[in-house]
Amino acid sequence: MTQFTPFLSLAGGMLIGLSAVLLMASHGRIAGMTGILSAILPPLSSDWPWRAAFLAGAVAAPALIVALSADNIGFASSTPTPWLIAGGLIVGVGVYFGSGCTSGHGVCGLARRSPRSIVATGVFMASTAATVFVIRHVLGVF
Amino acid sequence: MQKVLVAGLIGLLFGTGIAISGMANPAKVLNFFDFAGTWDPSLAFVMGAALLVTALGYRLVLRRSAPLFDKGFHLPTARRIDLPLVAGAMLFGVGWGITGFCPGGAIPALGLAELDAFVFVASMIGGIVLARSTRLALAGRASAQSA
Repeated sequence: MTQFTPFLSLAGGMLIGLSAVLLMASHGRIAGMTGILSAILPPLSSDWPWRAAFLAGAVAAPALIVALSADNIGFASSTPTPWLIAGGLIVGVGVYFGSGCTSGHGVCGLARRSPRSIVATGVFMASTAATVFVIRHVLGVF
Repeated sequence: MQKVLVAGLIGLLFGTGIAISGMANPAKVLNFFDFAGTWDPSLAFVMGAALLVTALGYRLVLRRSAPLFDKGFHLPTARRIDLPLVAGAMLFGVGWGITGFCPGGAIPALGLAELDAFVFVASMIGGIVLARSTRLALAGRASAQSA
């Protein structure tokens, strides 16, 4: 069980949206984690430093919240390590060929009403739900 | 320099949004997709709010002739709904459903110093590098054949 957090989730979603708008206004770029991350992997994109800074900021934020406040950021992962490794590989291959993930397609792409992003988001939301159903209710593995 | 600094601040904003919304928490993500079990609708609020703010903000921003640090906006130009898009999205969903991590959630989760986030991100990077070298190798072979 995880607690339903409508207000924190709304506020967090608004910040994610604000960062997407600001990145478009300043750099003229889509705030998609797949694209930003891929560009700092070899072969390096020539325009990598701002992307590295974005990623560093994204990693630093939760650490700062935990350090500066009494609140903990909820985290629980119960996926066995071999599944976690396999899942990571599958996500990496999938977002590369699918040209994006939840941030790039699901937020920025849908906001632009891009037909490719609408299709991609529909497909990955459905396959995620199907996978969770199979793992939890058909196989019952974890 | 300014361009890099501003990107860092925007990343900080993104990571804060991911962290407080619950997107960095695999258990919360998986529960959102578990309609038949321990359903937690929170993530609908995350995506709804993010989408609304982005759609409204883009409308204002894209009316300008250029962004602050560049000569023009870099918007995706691909239009075709092809096999890599659909198959890639499908695979991504399978991996997201197994682990509860998507790239945008997993990168900020590194800041929580949780081992599972590091294991996931390392193998996801492996997957991206593998996919990219496969595509480049296939493209290389195709151009060698046609030459």
